[in-house]
Amino acid sequence: MPVDYPLLYSFHFYLFGVIAVGSALLFVTRKSPVAAALWLVNVMFCLAALYVMMDAHFIGAIQVLVYTGAIMVVFLFVIMLLNLGHADGPADFRSPSTRMAAAVVGLALAGETLALLAAPMPRLPVVEVPENVVSPVARALFTDYLLAFEITSVLLLVAIIGAVTLAKRGVKA
Amino acid sequence: MMDAAHPLAGTAAELVWLVPLLPFLGFVVNGLLSLSSAYLPGPLDPSSDPTAGHSGHTGEFASVQMTHHGHRHRWEPLVTILGPAVVIASFLVSAAIAWAMLRTGADTPFVQTYGTWMPAGNLKVEWAFQVDRLSMVMVLIITGIGSLIHLFSVGYMREDPGYPRFFAYLNLFVVFMLALVLGANYPVIFVGWEGVGLCSYLLIGFWFSDQANADAGKKAFIVNRVGDFGFLIAMFLMWSNVGALDFAGVAAKASQLPAGGAMITAICLFLFLGCAGKSAQMPLYIWLPDAMAGPTPVSALIHAATMVTAGVYLIARSSFLFALAPAASLTVVIVGGITAFFAATIGLKQWDIKKVLAYSTVSQLGYMFVGVGAGAFTAGVFHLVTHAFFKALLFLGAGSVIHAMHEAYHEGHAHHDDAQDMRNMGGLRKAMPFTWAFMWIATLAIAGIPPFSGFFSKDEILGTLFARAHDSPLASATWLGIPGSTILTAIYGLGLVTALLTAIYMTRMMIYTFHGENRSDAKATPHLREAPWIMTGPLAVLAVLSLSGGWLNIPALVAERFPVGTAELLHHWLEPVVGQATAALGGEGHLPASTEEALILVAVGVAIAGIAGAVLFLKPARLTRAAAAPPERGVAWVLANKYFVDEFLNKGLIQPVVRVSRAVLWRGIDVGLIDGLMVNGSATFARGVAWVGSRVQSGLVGNYAWAIVLGVLVLVGMMTIR
Amino acid sequence: MIQPALFFSGILFAIGVVGVLTRRNALILFMCVELMLNAVNLTFVALSTMHGVTGQVFVVFVMTVAAAEAAVGLAIVISVFRHFKTVDLKAVSVLRG
Repeated sequence: MPVDYPLLYSFHFYLFGVIAVGSALLFVTRKSPVAAALWLVNVMFCLAALYVMMDAHFIGAIQVLVYTGAIMVVFLFVIMLLNLGHADGPADFRSPSTRMAAAVVGLALAGETLALLAAPMPRLPVVEVPENVVSPVARALFTDYLLAFEITSVLLLVAIIGAVTLAKRGVKA
Repeated sequence: MMDAAHPLAGTAAELVWLVPLLPFLGFVVNGLLSLSSAYLPGPLDPSSDPTAGHSGHTGEFASVQMTHHGHRHRWEPLVTILGPAVVIASFLVSAAIAWAMLRTGADTPFVQTYGTWMPAGNLKVEWAFQVDRLSMVMVLIITGIGSLIHLFSVGYMREDPGYPRFFAYLNLFVVFMLALVLGANYPVIFVGWEGVGLCSYLLIGFWFSDQANADAGKKAFIVNRVGDFGFLIAMFLMWSNVGALDFAGVAAKASQLPAGGAMITAICLFLFLGCAGKSAQMPLYIWLPDAMAGPTPVSALIHAATMVTAGVYLIARSSFLFALAPAASLTVVIVGGITAFFAATIGLKQWDIKKVLAYSTVSQLGYMFVGVGAGAFTAGVFHLVTHAFFKALLFLGAGSVIHAMHEAYHEGHAHHDDAQDMRNMGGLRKAMPFTWAFMWIATLAIAGIPPFSGFFSKDEILGTLFARAHDSPLASATWLGIPGSTILTAIYGLGLVTALLTAIYMTRMMIYTFHGENRSDAKATPHLREAPWIMTGPLAVLAVLSLSGGWLNIPALVAERFPVGTAELLHHWLEPVVGQATAALGGEGHLPASTEEALILVAVGVAIAGIAGAVLFLKPARLTRAAAAPPERGVAWVLANKYFVDEFLNKGLIQPVVRVSRAVLWRGIDVGLIDGLMVNGSATFARGVAWVGSRVQSGLVGNYAWAIVLGVLVLVGMMTIR
Repeated sequence: MIQPALFFSGILFAIGVVGVLTRRNALILFMCVELMLNAVNLTFVALSTMHGVTGQVFVVFVMTVAAAEAAVGLAIVISVFRHFKTVDLKAVSVLRG
């Protein structure tokens, strides 16, 4: 660690990380879609905490607002709308052999990531954190990435129109 | 060579481009005219007569009889004027150039460059013509005899529906032949070489509706390819080892190669392979007799007077190369001598008048090769010239006879027998006195009776051969371990025997054709008559030339004794071109006068013996018509069937090739490998891959996810390992 | 704290992958994809402490795309459900080749 972090800081960092991983595990293993969605919401809250701890306050805020507040709510809303709240039973999960293979693959993937992390990383100086942590993001967003930003707005518009069209009742192909 | 100081600069020689251009214009116009329908629509149009075209006759004029006699192509008058006129004009230009050369005494080549053909790295091939003494001799022969044969063709082909096409081909042939002899480098010669081959093919198969004629054309074309391969290889070797392809360059640089070495010998031998193909030498002579399927003027122009002598010309042109390769020169002598003898024996028992002449041509070409091979380039070219005179005369005379026979059969409404078979002729002397007289002149010339032209040229070849056999660089060279002197002596003997055979078969032809009783159909006999003047006129000119052509190169021995003019004109004329090579191969040795006299006496004695023997022993009265003739037996059977060479080649070469082509190339490679494995195989392979791909494209998102994840695993794993 | 953040990011991503591979419910699959996206976002943010705010800008974009994707995806899920009365991917096989 190039910078010495206070013990309490580290403790909380690992704490949120472990909670996130644990919630994620619970998320993939829940049979009920509602339970799974709520565990995912928990993961996202933890991630928001990690973002804030890493001085990405703006991201942490919109993580809560957009992801947890909007996207996940929409998910829950659809689950309830389609009346899928109850567990589907074993049909939802694939066969045990598939699950075993998936576990092996997941472990391999995690192992590979760890192996990559074990390699020596380029030691760049940590960027000095300014007082106002939001305005640099805003500046980048509205200067260097203005075009991309505007295009995402178009994307959202198209997505809205698409969603409305797809979900419209009575459209028979 | 292009220095302004050249004596020919500014003379008629500058117009050399006009010489091939004029016949080319004739080709273009005649070719365009041949595209129009032959007859004006109306009752004369034979295509409106459904019964026409079923006469089923074979041989020459078969297609004439398909149409009605007396009907001519709608453009016949224009073609009649244009076809011969362009060649005559070309002859006049050539004569002007020759006159300029005589006047200026120019003895170095005059090269005219018209553009660059192949600029590729160091290789730079020009479109260039070379006017020098050798090429002018050839140009005069081609345009001069060509003019006469064009005139003859007017009478001979007038009523053929393909009249303009015939003249277009004939003009084109003259164009290419002129390019062949005028070319200043080997590639330009090769253009002419291939072009005359093409025209030969087109004209042999002129009456292509008959399968045999078309086959004969193909045979000539294919056999010539073997020779052309040799020519090409020779050019490649020349370029890679000598570094030049124009005559001046090759002549200057060839001496860098070790004289008598393997490379120069290989170049000369490959060159000779090309010559053997074009000039019908062993073993590539087989196409020439079949080439007689073409109209007779074609046989006279292409297959006797000009094209087939291209090989002789090429060797004389490349004399500087052959002078460095005695072994190759000896090969030329051997092949020429054997061909001369071999073809002469076959000629003894042929019944088709044109086949006799065809084998005679092969035989005489053999003589020419003996001459140029022995380093007697002048003698070889001299025989080429005189042979062009008398063999053109013989062929045109034969054409006149065939023409008369056809007319007689047709007008007499007689059953059509083979109009070219001598067994159906006989006694034509009374009907065709001019043709008879002219053909006898040619016969005496070819047999070597003085003072006819053939005597001088043949005697010079044999005499030079005899002289070379005793004391010359060629005699001291060896060929496969055999001393050159032995070979030259043996070929001299063979040449004498051939002279005897020549006299015999030519006399035989004359006796069977013109003497005795007429054996044609009784209904046809009264209709036999002399050809029109447009045909006999050229015959007369050729007869004069055959009679007097020897004047071109009278031996010193004769010139001393008789007041006949300057000795060895041609020899002095060609001295600048081939003199060096002649000296290199022949040395300076001259035979004593007494020996030379003895040789002449022997040669003349042999010729007279041949003629006398034929007159004494051949009795035309014993002949029966071809249809009723008994089959030949014994040696005659072998000779009449040309030693079964064609059959042997068919069995030994063509059939195996066909079988291999069928079994391996067709069924194995074409159907099996290309169609099966490569064409259909690629389709099958693609279908197999597509099948696998379609299995992979299960449409199950889970499977795709698996594929993606495994791919990511592998990629990340690779990064980890690195 | 880059290294632990990246470590958690890798683990979360692997868990998301395992979820995608094991579940059949379309909605849960969607949520697994969201989890994977979040894992990537964590990496972006962690690296932005070293490389500047660009990483955070990209997180904004990823969120926008995720929102759009969720909108369209859920609309598709709804219409699929309307048609097949289920969101089990096993049952949706009309487009199979």
